Amino acid sequence: MYDLIVVGGGPAGLAAANAAWQKGIKKILILERDRELGGILNQCIHNGFGVKTFGEALSGPEYAYRFEKMLEDTGVEVKTDTMVLDIDDDRTVEAVNPTDGFVRYPAKAVILAMGCRERTRGAISIPGTRPAGVFSAGTAQRYMNIDGFMVGKRVVILGSGDIGLIMARRLTLEGAKVLACVEIMPVSSGLRANIARCLDDFGIPLLLSHTVTEIRGDKRVSGVTVQKVDEHMQPIPGTEQLFDCDTLLLSVGLVPENELTKNADISLDPRTRGAYVYENRETEKEGVFACGNVLHVHDLVDFVSEEATFAGEAAADYILNGERPRDCYRVTTSGGVTYTVPQMIRKDSGMKLVNIYMRVNRRVRKGDIVIRAGETEIARYHKENLAPGEMINTALPSVLMQKAEGHDALEVALEETE
Amino acid sequence: MYDVVIIGCGVVGAAAAYELARYDLKVAVLEAENDVATGSSKANSAILHAGYDPRPGSLMAKLNVEGNRLAFEIAHRLNVPVERCGSLVVAFNEKDKEHLQELYRRGIENGVPDLSIISGEQARELEPNLDPGVKGALLAESAGIISPWDYTLAMAEVAVKNGVELFLNTRVTSIEKDEVFHIRSSKGKEFETRYVINAAGVNSDIVAEMVGEREFSVRPVGGEYFLLDKSEGSRVSRVIFQCPNELGKGVLVSRTVHGNLIVGPDAVNSVRNDKGVTAEGLNYVRRTALRSVPSIQFRDNIRNFAGIRANTEFDEFCIGESRSAKGFLNLAGIKSPGLTAAAAIGVYARELLDGMGLELRKKDEFDDTRPVIRFKELPDEEKNRLIKEDPAYGRVICRCETVTEAEIVAALHSVIPASSINGVKRRCSAGMGRCQGGFCSPRVLRIIARELGIDETEVLEEGEGSNVLYSRLKEV
Repeated sequence: MYDLIVVGGGPAGLAAANAAWQKGIKKILILERDRELGGILNQCIHNGFGVKTFGEALSGPEYAYRFEKMLEDTGVEVKTDTMVLDIDDDRTVEAVNPTDGFVRYPAKAVILAMGCRERTRGAISIPGTRPAGVFSAGTAQRYMNIDGFMVGKRVVILGSGDIGLIMARRLTLEGAKVLACVEIMPVSSGLRANIARCLDDFGIPLLLSHTVTEIRGDKRVSGVTVQKVDEHMQPIPGTEQLFDCDTLLLSVGLVPENELTKNADISLDPRTRGAYVYENRETEKEGVFACGNVLHVHDLVDFVSEEATFAGEAAADYILNGERPRDCYRVTTSGGVTYTVPQMIRKDSGMKLVNIYMRVNRRVRKGDIVIRAGETEIARYHKENLAPGEMINTALPSVLMQKAEGHDALEVALEETE
Repeated sequence: MYDVVIIGCGVVGAAAAYELARYDLKVAVLEAENDVATGSSKANSAILHAGYDPRPGSLMAKLNVEGNRLAFEIAHRLNVPVERCGSLVVAFNEKDKEHLQELYRRGIENGVPDLSIISGEQARELEPNLDPGVKGALLAESAGIISPWDYTLAMAEVAVKNGVELFLNTRVTSIEKDEVFHIRSSKGKEFETRYVINAAGVNSDIVAEMVGEREFSVRPVGGEYFLLDKSEGSRVSRVIFQCPNELGKGVLVSRTVHGNLIVGPDAVNSVRNDKGVTAEGLNYVRRTALRSVPSIQFRDNIRNFAGIRANTEFDEFCIGESRSAKGFLNLAGIKSPGLTAAAAIGVYARELLDGMGLELRKKDEFDDTRPVIRFKELPDEEKNRLIKEDPAYGRVICRCETVTEAEIVAALHSVIPASSINGVKRRCSAGMGRCQGGFCSPRVLRIIARELGIDETEVLEEGEGSNVLYSRLKEV
């Protein structure tokens, strides 16, 4: 019997397993679907990873390698090329691979770290034909950076998420012509640094409040129609522009990959599409934790590692000391905070600091994140340059929560100060 | 010299081939595309209709009811996913309820079994997600759902296993007739045959005119669909139809045999090859479907597609020997309920050929089986036995649908081998799930290149010219 099984060997799974090992858990198994550890980092050959974690900008594979190296010195067991098919009620993990076959592994605790997937053409119902040449940006990235192929030579990118921005630069450097990056919202959801370095530096136009309204082509994409949209995101007639392209890349959002979670009867927060979790990233199912992009989509891998570290430590605590009482504060949101993770904070968490991750629904130059219990202010954090695309991380000292005694909920609010 | 050449390998051509394969005949099937079931047979509602809709006394009515019965038989025998889930036509008002009575009357006359009219409450008991405004429904327990491309493929495969020759990428360009037919094709190959079956779908009028006078014209009517994630698949258990009204024929909501939810179609006059979807069409489908089942979560849509119905000027299939070319049998204008009727059309085609003088003698042996391994459906011990035999069964390539490498390899070496990403998808479901191939298509592409011995850049998404990749890096 394993103490801990980690489902997924990407950045979240690696950091979680490592953290649990450091806390004294010795029988740990990582199950990874791909042939190598590292997850999506392996195809992210650009740099900029790890500034917060390691104080230097690494490429994706380098960042993953740092964690793999840490694991090498531990006794954590890894099975790659292994697909988890199901997680039973008693935390038995069903998995299959070519050498061991179909196996059931019972575990004292399980950490879900399956990451996320890209939204597809279907999710946004783009009209038009269905030719070859429509790729989600991450799939195109894999074709280029892992397999070594060019996906097209004249490219339009729909969506200004970070993968799309990175791919605009990557395609340009490989000799393709990126005609435009088209974003339906009036602001980009990508990191500002990426817009500057991936679009502006190469003269690629960012068309805000525009969208692709038709895909053309019989066998292969032959062009796309782009239109301006009104404030309700409806295309404005008469604004059609036809782009003559052979490829359309979609960077239209990420969805946590929670099919195993759902099958395990763990309920999901419709806002994050990840599990509801306590401050230690334990789901409502005892001994099952979640972290990284399967819990909510992060924009920096450093935060994934950070979150996975407390999930790993918490799983270790659970294995060694058992379940903590579940008496908790529910976390509510207001003033433009769109979600928080965790959604529940135990009154007796045993943690010195509770990290609360959140996003806001608009750009705010200066604002405060305020945490209240009823009328009582618990904490206030001054923040600058808030944007929907940039996750906010606050660390709430547990001692402050004494002020919330007698309440059941903590409210997290955004207040603009300028 | 062939006895029979069948033009087109959609579900009708495949059904005719499957029927004729039982007889001592030399039969060829010519398919313009690089796979079977690439036209209307892959893009439709995937429904086996009960048969209360067609006009009593019509050929459509007879072939629908008989085809429904045969489809279940064949699908069970040939391992095609199928389910007799039943259907409801829902009524929102008195006028609709009158329409239900009319359908019921027609159904009884057409010989549809297990048909009844139920109240709105009874309908909601069967389907709790139906709109509270549903006032009554026609319940047809013999209706069902099927995988339309697998049904086509299964019949075509068994035909090929029993000696029928299938020529893919072979588009008929002209037909001449003297004592026999001379069929020329895009590949330059000429086929001589004594009889021709025209099962060319939306192009069946063009093919018919190559040899005879115009007896019908295809007037293509497009239909647009949503295919939703399995998370929406349990929204309904049966096929939910609406009554036609001044706004249109209504749209259906149904589970698919793969566990997804299908919603559609609209009906817009179209051109033969237009498989595009439009914002207006999709909006209409969405709005209309929500009348029956208001809780559908369209944000869980994974794919839109459009199919073409091969409608003609006649409210009937155009089945029969060409008036101007003896020996030329049209199985044309096969619109809805063509998928349901297909197997019965195949049998009927054989009867017609018999009447046209084709000598029919049953073969002594006919292998009417089609073993298929679907890893995820197997019990654990069986999974382990397979992995021991072939470790590629232990490597899951498509995570959404749990499809293993061995199943993909099998699809590429089957009786009618896949030659494209979508061909693989139709055979083993890899790439059919919620990520729509986002994760697995690069892996499937590599397996295709390896197994077919071609370069990765030559791998097609669907037909000729639909190459997925442009070049190797640094070759632009």
